[in-house]
Amino acid sequence: MERVPILKLGDILIVSIQVDLDDQSVLALQEDLADTVVSSGARGVIIDITAVEIVDSFIGRMFSTIAAMTRMLDAETVVVGMRPAVAITLVELGLSLGGVRTALNLEKGVAMLQHVRGTAG
Amino acid sequence: MSAPRELPIATNGDVVVVRQQVRGLAAEMGLSLVDQTKIVTAASELARNALVHAGGGRVLIEVLEGGRRPGLRLVFTDEGPGIPDVEQALTEGWSTAGGLGLGLTGSRRLVDEFDLVSAPGEGTRVTVTKWAR
Repeated sequence: MERVPILKLGDILIVSIQVDLDDQSVLALQEDLADTVVSSGARGVIIDITAVEIVDSFIGRMFSTIAAMTRMLDAETVVVGMRPAVAITLVELGLSLGGVRTALNLEKGVAMLQHVRGTAG
Repeated sequence: MSAPRELPIATNGDVVVVRQQVRGLAAEMGLSLVDQTKIVTAASELARNALVHAGGGRVLIEVLEGGRRPGLRLVFTDEGPGIPDVEQALTEGWSTAGGLGLGLTGSRRLVDEFDLVSAPGEGTRVTVTKWAR
């Protein structure tokens, strides 16, 4: 099983998926993230999928689950770096990733998190 | 021209191998990046279906040559419980394994040809084909 590293930068956690994850690794990442959000007190999570070649329904559901889960733990999640071919495929597959914030790249993801926190006070 | 290859689907790791093999062949035969992504995504859904619903199965991967355009054909076979009502299984949002119900219906939208043969107690065979443009 692959273990995806979770990096901490200020009060943001950054996860960059660099390998083709099997379903068990996807579930492990969900749990690791929930634990780390609580233990670190992070207010934001960025999932970088720049290197991810496909997002199927299982991984798509992981994004929605992580977004909902971190929100309950007082942190916002942004998925960044989706490839155009992945976006086209996801829509045709029937997954719209409702409730998941997205940004084009890491920089815009960080800006989005800062903006969300700014308006939330 | 590459010979058809058969891969087992018995573990989560096998699903990853299926994705990688399909990706490699799809690129080799000249599918566009979007079409590569679609067929690999469909392969991932169907391989997971075989694993989750039937406890495993296998996939035959074949490059179709000699026609006007090359194609990539994947045949997923399992000896699981089979599908009692194929029409219902191809209905949007229908699911038995607590999933999103996108595996079959979603995969069908991602490929050019889709064929499902199944009966209770006789397993399931799903054949999908993507043609180069």
